[in-house]
Amino acid sequence: MIIDIGFIGYFLLLLGLMNCLFLLTPKFVTGLNISNNILLSASRLHFPILFISFICLIITFIGEDYSLDYVAKNSNSNLPLIYKISAAWAGHEGSMLLWCVVSSFWMLLASKYSSDLPESLRTNFLTIMGILNLGFLLFVVATSNPFARNLSVPIDGGDLNPLLQDFGLIIHPPMLYMGYVGLSVVFSFAVACCFEKEFKKEWAQWLRPWVLASWAFLTLGISLGSWWAYYELGWGGWWFWDPVENASFMPWLMATALIHSVIASGEKGMFKSWTILLSIFTFSLSLLGTFLVRSGILISVHSFASDPSRGIFILLMLAMLIGGGLAAYTMNSKKFIDDNEVKIFSKEGFFLLNNILLVTATFTILLGTMYPLILDILGLEKISVGVPYYNAVFIPLMIPLILLVGYVPILLSRISKNKQMFQLLIIFLTSLVLSLLFSINSILYFIGFFSAVWIIMNIFFDLFLYTKNSVRLKSRMGMYFAHFGLAIFILGASISENTKIEKELVLSIGETTSIGSFDYTLNKLEEEKSVNYDAIIASVLVSKNDSFVAEIKPEKRLYHSSESAMTEAGIFAKLDRDLYVSLGNMIDDNKWSLRVYDKPFIRFIWIGTIFMIIGSILSIRFRKKSNE
Amino acid sequence: MKKRSVRIYYVSFLLVILGFVLFLFLKTFNDNLLYYRSPTQLVNGNFPENYIFRIGGMVEEGSLIRIKGTKKVEFFVTDFDNKMLIKYDGILPDLFREGQGVVIRGHVENSYFVAEEVLAKHDETYMPPEVQESLGISEKNKNKTIESIQQ
Repeated sequence: MIIDIGFIGYFLLLLGLMNCLFLLTPKFVTGLNISNNILLSASRLHFPILFISFICLIITFIGEDYSLDYVAKNSNSNLPLIYKISAAWAGHEGSMLLWCVVSSFWMLLASKYSSDLPESLRTNFLTIMGILNLGFLLFVVATSNPFARNLSVPIDGGDLNPLLQDFGLIIHPPMLYMGYVGLSVVFSFAVACCFEKEFKKEWAQWLRPWVLASWAFLTLGISLGSWWAYYELGWGGWWFWDPVENASFMPWLMATALIHSVIASGEKGMFKSWTILLSIFTFSLSLLGTFLVRSGILISVHSFASDPSRGIFILLMLAMLIGGGLAAYTMNSKKFIDDNEVKIFSKEGFFLLNNILLVTATFTILLGTMYPLILDILGLEKISVGVPYYNAVFIPLMIPLILLVGYVPILLSRISKNKQMFQLLIIFLTSLVLSLLFSINSILYFIGFFSAVWIIMNIFFDLFLYTKNSVRLKSRMGMYFAHFGLAIFILGASISENTKIEKELVLSIGETTSIGSFDYTLNKLEEEKSVNYDAIIASVLVSKNDSFVAEIKPEKRLYHSSESAMTEAGIFAKLDRDLYVSLGNMIDDNKWSLRVYDKPFIRFIWIGTIFMIIGSILSIRFRKKSNE
Repeated sequence: MKKRSVRIYYVSFLLVILGFVLFLFLKTFNDNLLYYRSPTQLVNGNFPENYIFRIGGMVEEGSLIRIKGTKKVEFFVTDFDNKMLIKYDGILPDLFREGQGVVIRGHVENSYFVAEEVLAKHDETYMPPEVQESLGISEKNKNKTIESIQQ
């Protein structure tokens, strides 16, 4: 074939750039009276252009076109097909192109579903989205072009980082990007409202599903990342308070706050000014996260070869967006006047507390993430912030929030004081009984356990005893699902963190050791050759009271092309317990060091997030009308 | 008048609570800062105030010793001016190799450094910026230096 796919991809990228400029003409080219139809069609055309460009990139990967520098660096001929495809967004350039594709997709949706909005609001809204898309695309073309040519064409490519050759990592970035960039819709809309000098209830209701959808994608992306880190990094942890994780967690916390405040704005016309400001900050934090990860300032599996020009570009864009957004806000913030005042003991009062706690939590994480970077840039001191800081500050902030979450059903159904006391007593006793079963030995563990039971049982009390009205139930279903998911997550986190057993030990072949209530025997070691790596596979037999439980097979892989070793943990997973074994270093011929972990209920962490996502889908599907 | 004094008490009470929370918060923050030091800084007696800190440099070629039959290891971390003996009872990361950069968290005991965590998650030509700085290598000479170290 003579058709140069790489060239077509690049051409489409430039076409996309033109399209963006075209999109901006109705707003900025005055005097020619250009029709708004151009704005609409350009905003819808952007996605197909970029999508095909991205497909072209994937084809160059499948076709092993090593004349493209990016392809040569991130793929090689031995790579299985699925990883050749996913390699298209595993490196910096491709993932930034994916970012643009996702952004154009959100713009397509925004353009399609905004026909109910007033003309001027819609024009401003889509124009701001167009500016964002233009900025992202300029970034790709100027600093991170995945279609850039190699001066000398290598015979074979480099390799995809072995850590990234994994299913979880194929879908983690697209989901996370859907969330990050979905927040750009929220940002654009909020800024457009600033120009209207108004934030009507209907507009807040229009905005709500976009916040929910972005939040759902963020949740999924973060959850996948955590799951991946758990089974792939070989340390068995699910959250490290690593700056890169924080970068995604901060917008998530802010978006969670936004989900609640936007309801108050939509139903009662309250917190208008705050919702707008929060929208601006939430997207700014997603961009800040991207900046931290992409600029090479942070060192982790996420950061690629650093290039200062990229960092400066994103920093400039960040400054322009936050500056522009905040300027538009401050000039008009006095025009947002709330229709009602807040009473503390009401739904809105709860939202207020929720927002205060979540924003404070975000701030503490921001401090821990940015302070070391700022000290470093100033050349004062090289430091990092230890994990205990985050636990010590974040958990106490979340406890009151979780207790509030549990109280929500009581508040909504206006349960009488006596019944409340009765409910509290039952729940307290239940958690006491359960805490004996789970051998709870610390106060913090009990608080975590109690608050989860508190949330779950209050929801069930409401579902089965009080609220019989099916319309009302339907409108609460999404919220209940999400809060239930939170409770499941808390259960998983507190049980697994408080009762886990983590051992590093040395075993010879045939040797048995007893950890927790299980016995582990290193049965044998086998060598196996795969397409792009050689592996040593251990067989570890697990038994309990002399009866066989499972065979766990952890691996140590040596990848051919990069000569790098990688640990592939073996996990025996059941709903209530994970037995986790990973190979350490070879001590001598038949002796290895191993990590053996026993993690009860750790699955609940990720199962909880699934419920949260279902909850947000239900909330989008069945939403409450303001005049109900 | 009475109402006013009640309010003053109320506000000052809140301020005291807030101040206390802020104090606890900053104290927690300060207690959990991990400082970074190079071997030379340590030899010159430049210890951070906190007990636990991080040290970085290159693993000295040929210095890795495995204590037979256990997972204990010992090696030297060097910035080519000075070096520090590291003792670690644990599993070394996959990318740990002699002649490559590492960052280690732990504390000083007698004349050696007891490691709690060893990080080496970088490829062959990559050097953590902290290590690079403590080696005093400019960006241009980085690859040359790495090659000469590896030979």
